[in-house]
Amino acid sequence: MPKILQTIGLTKSFPGVLANDHIDLEIEEGEIHGLLGENGAGKSVLMSTIYGLYRPDEGKILIRGKEVTIDSPHTAIQYGIGMVHQNLTLVSSFRVWENIVLGKEIKKGLSLNEKETLKKLEELLKMANLEVDLRAKTEELFLGSQQRIEILKILYRGAEILIFDEPTTILTPQEVDQLINTFRSLKKEGKTIIFISHKLKEIFAVCDRVTVLRKGRKVGTLPIEEAAPEKLAEMMVGRDVLFSFPKGKKPGEEIILKLEGIATPVEKGKVALQNINFNLHVGEILGIAGVEGNGQRELAELIVGLIKPRKGRIFFRGEDITFLSTKERIKRGIAHIPEDRMQRGIISDFTVWENLIIGFEDQPPFVKGKFTLNHSFLKQFSSQKIKEFEIDAPGNDVLVKNLSGGNQQRVVLARELSGNVVLLVASQPTRGLDIAATEYLRNKLLELKNQDKGIILISADLDEIRSLSDRVLVLYEGKIMGELSPESDEYQFGLLMGGKSIDEVLA
Amino acid sequence: MRFSLKKSPSHFSILPEIIAILLAFFIGALILLFSGYSPLVAFSALFRGAFGSRNAWGQTLTQATPILFTALAFLLTFRAGIFNIGVEGQFLMGAMASALAGIYFSGLPAPLHIALSLFLGGAMGALWGLIPALLKVYLGAHEVITTMMMSYIASYLTSYMVNYPFKAPGWVAQTEPVAKTALLPKILPPTQLSLSFIISLFLSLLVSFFLFHTYLGFQIRAVGLNPGVAENRGIEIKNRQILAFLLSGFIAGIGGGGEILGVHGRFVDGFSPGYGWDGIAVSLVGKLHPGGCVLASILFGMLRAGGMTMTRVTKVPLDLSLIIQSLVIILVSAPYFIKVVILRKKDF
Repeated sequence: MPKILQTIGLTKSFPGVLANDHIDLEIEEGEIHGLLGENGAGKSVLMSTIYGLYRPDEGKILIRGKEVTIDSPHTAIQYGIGMVHQNLTLVSSFRVWENIVLGKEIKKGLSLNEKETLKKLEELLKMANLEVDLRAKTEELFLGSQQRIEILKILYRGAEILIFDEPTTILTPQEVDQLINTFRSLKKEGKTIIFISHKLKEIFAVCDRVTVLRKGRKVGTLPIEEAAPEKLAEMMVGRDVLFSFPKGKKPGEEIILKLEGIATPVEKGKVALQNINFNLHVGEILGIAGVEGNGQRELAELIVGLIKPRKGRIFFRGEDITFLSTKERIKRGIAHIPEDRMQRGIISDFTVWENLIIGFEDQPPFVKGKFTLNHSFLKQFSSQKIKEFEIDAPGNDVLVKNLSGGNQQRVVLARELSGNVVLLVASQPTRGLDIAATEYLRNKLLELKNQDKGIILISADLDEIRSLSDRVLVLYEGKIMGELSPESDEYQFGLLMGGKSIDEVLA
Repeated sequence: MRFSLKKSPSHFSILPEIIAILLAFFIGALILLFSGYSPLVAFSALFRGAFGSRNAWGQTLTQATPILFTALAFLLTFRAGIFNIGVEGQFLMGAMASALAGIYFSGLPAPLHIALSLFLGGAMGALWGLIPALLKVYLGAHEVITTMMMSYIASYLTSYMVNYPFKAPGWVAQTEPVAKTALLPKILPPTQLSLSFIISLFLSLLVSFFLFHTYLGFQIRAVGLNPGVAENRGIEIKNRQILAFLLSGFIAGIGGGGEILGVHGRFVDGFSPGYGWDGIAVSLVGKLHPGGCVLASILFGMLRAGGMTMTRVTKVPLDLSLIIQSLVIILVSAPYFIKVVILRKKDF
C-alpha cells in the first residue's frame, strides 16, 4: 500500500546552511508521527517544504504514491495537507468562527451566512471532539483555545494530513493534555498527524512512530514501542544526555539583591507589580514560578532597570540602585537573559561578533583610543566566545538571523556572561531550546551558582524551576503568592499559580 | 547544521540594482520609441553629455555633489531608525547660513573664511535637525511630520530672506555675492566642479568610518535595527537619536553651503531643485551605504548632466531623464520584483 505522504531525497539549503540533506520520510495513513530533533535539526524546514512554503533544491514529494509539486500552502491544502504553526496567525479582533472560515467563507449575497457557517462548524467541532466558543472574540481566548481555532481552520479546509510545528511551546501543561486528546480524536477520525516536538514526554504520550532528525539529516524512524527516552535523546544529540541535575552547594548568607515594597505603575499591556519583597543570596538560584503574564517580564525588567518602580527600593549588594540606569547596572555586574530573544536579546541583522559586543562597545579594550572600535580585539573576543560557548556558527561575520534558535540563545548567554557577572536574571532561558542547548544552559546556571553568583530564574517550565532552584516564589497577577521549597508538592505550586494564598495551600 | 561556504550570506550582491538600472533604461527606450524618437541617438547623446569629455565628467560630478551630501545626511538618520525626510530644509538653512557668512565676514584669509562659512552652514543644518530630534525624543512627535514641516519652514524662510532683508538690488531674488575669500576653488575649470565634491567624497569616507569603526556608529546602528535590544544593553537611545539627527543636519548643511560657495556664489531663490528629496532616493538606491551613495549620486548626476545635453542635441525633452531617474528609484525599491521575476529566485 502506498504511503499517504513520502519524501525521497528531499534537500533544501539556505545561504550558509544545509537545512535538509536528502531526507527520506514515510508517513502512514492514520498514524500520529512524531518528528523529533533539536533546534536547527531541520524539522521546521522539512515540514515547511512539504507545506509549500519553500521549494526543495532536490528530491521528491509523493502523496499516496504519486509525485506532486507543492509550490504554495494553497496547493498543499488541495492535496489535503494543513499546518498549524508555532506562532498563531489569527485576526485577533475577529470572532472565532470568522477566523475559521476566513478565505473560504460561506456567503449569502454579499454578506456571510452566519447561520449556515455555524451549523457546519458545530459538526466539525463534534467530529474533532474540540471545545471552543465559536462566537467568542479571538483575542479574549487563551492561547490553547486560539490554537484550536488554527486546527479547525485546516480541518474546515479539508485537511487529511495535519502538521503541528512545536504546538506545545505556547501551552500550559493542562492545555498540552487537551491537545494530546485532540490528536487522539483526530486519529480516530482517520486523520494523519505529524507532530513536531523536541519534548520526549509528549512524543511518548501520543505518537505511533517517531522520526529523528539531526543536523539536517534523518537519523532513523522507530515505532514508539522500540524507542526509549535515552535512545531517542542520544539519536537527537548524538551522545549521552544527563536527565537530572545535581543540586549545587548551599547558598551563602550574604545578600546580593533586596527588593523592598516594590510596586510598578499601572500601564496598558503591563502587569503592575504590587508589594514585592524578597532577598537573593550569594550562590542561590531563586525560582520565580507562575503562569505567564503574571508580572514575570515586569519583574525582570525592573531588576535590570528597563522599568522604574512607582514605590519601593532595590538594593544591590547594599547599594540603592532603584534609579540607576541600565548601563550602570550592567557595569555593576547585573546580567539579563531576556524572555523575548528577538525583542530584547539579539539584533538579527547584526553579525555574531556585533551581537556579542553590544553594551561593551564603548569600554576598553573593545574600544581603543576614545572612539575607534578595536576590530582585531573584537574578532578575537568573538572567536573565543564562539568556542567557549560552543556556538555553532561558521564564523564571526555571519548574521545572527542565520543561526538556529539555540545558537542565538548561546550568543545572548555568551554576551551576558562576558562581563563581571554578580547577578543573572534569566527569563525563560531555555524556551524553545533543544535538549543539548537546554542542558548546556542549565549547567551554566549551576556553574554560576557554584561560583557564588546570584540567579533569578524566571520560567514557565515548572520542572525546570523545581530541578534548579533553592527556593521558589510564585507570582500571580503581579503579587508574590508565597514561597515554596522546590520539593513541595506539584499541586501546591498549581494552587499558588492559580491565585490561592499560601495559607490556604498549606492549611 | 552544516554550512556550505558556496552560499555564504556575507556575499553582498548589487546584481539586482544593476538589473534595475538597465531595465529602467530599457523602459525609457521604449517610451522614446513610442514617442517617435530614436533611443540610440538619445542615449548616445545622454552618455556623451555625462561622460563623453572632461567637461561632461565635470558636469556630472557637479550635479552629483549636492545629492551626495543629502544622501549621506539621510543615511545617517536612517541608520538610527529615523526617517528624516527633512534633509531639504537642513540643506537650505545651511546654504543660507554659509551665504551670509560668506557675505558679511570680511578680511579673513580664504581658507579660514571658507572653513568658517561651511562650518556655520553645517551648524545651522544641525540646529535645524535638532528641533525635530528634540520633539521626537522628548514629546514623541513623529519625525516624518516634523521634519517635513521644518522643510517647508526653511524653504519659505530662506525665500523670504532673499526677497526682503537680504535681497541684492535688481530683479532677481538673490543675496549679494559672497566675498572672493569665501568662494570654493574650482577643481576642473571651466566646469563648475568645486572643492565641494572632494569634501563630499571625504565625508562619505568619514561617515563610513563613523558607522562601522566607532562605538558611536555601532550604537546608532544598534538603535536603528533593534531599539529594544539596545535599551536592554544600556545604550542611551535618546542621545544616540539626537546625535544622528545633529550629524545628519550638519552634513546636509555643509552640502548646502558647498553649493552656495562652490557653484552659485550667492544664495539664489529656488537654487535647489529638491536636492534634499533626491538625496533620499539616492540613499535608498545606494543601499544605505556610503559607498553605494557615491555610486548612486553619480548615476543621478549623470542623468541630470547627460539629460541636458540630450535635450540640446536631440530635442528629446529633459523629462525623459527624469522618467528614467524615477524608474530607477521604483525598480530599485522593488527588490522583490527583480529577485523573483527576473532572477527567478524563490525565497532568499
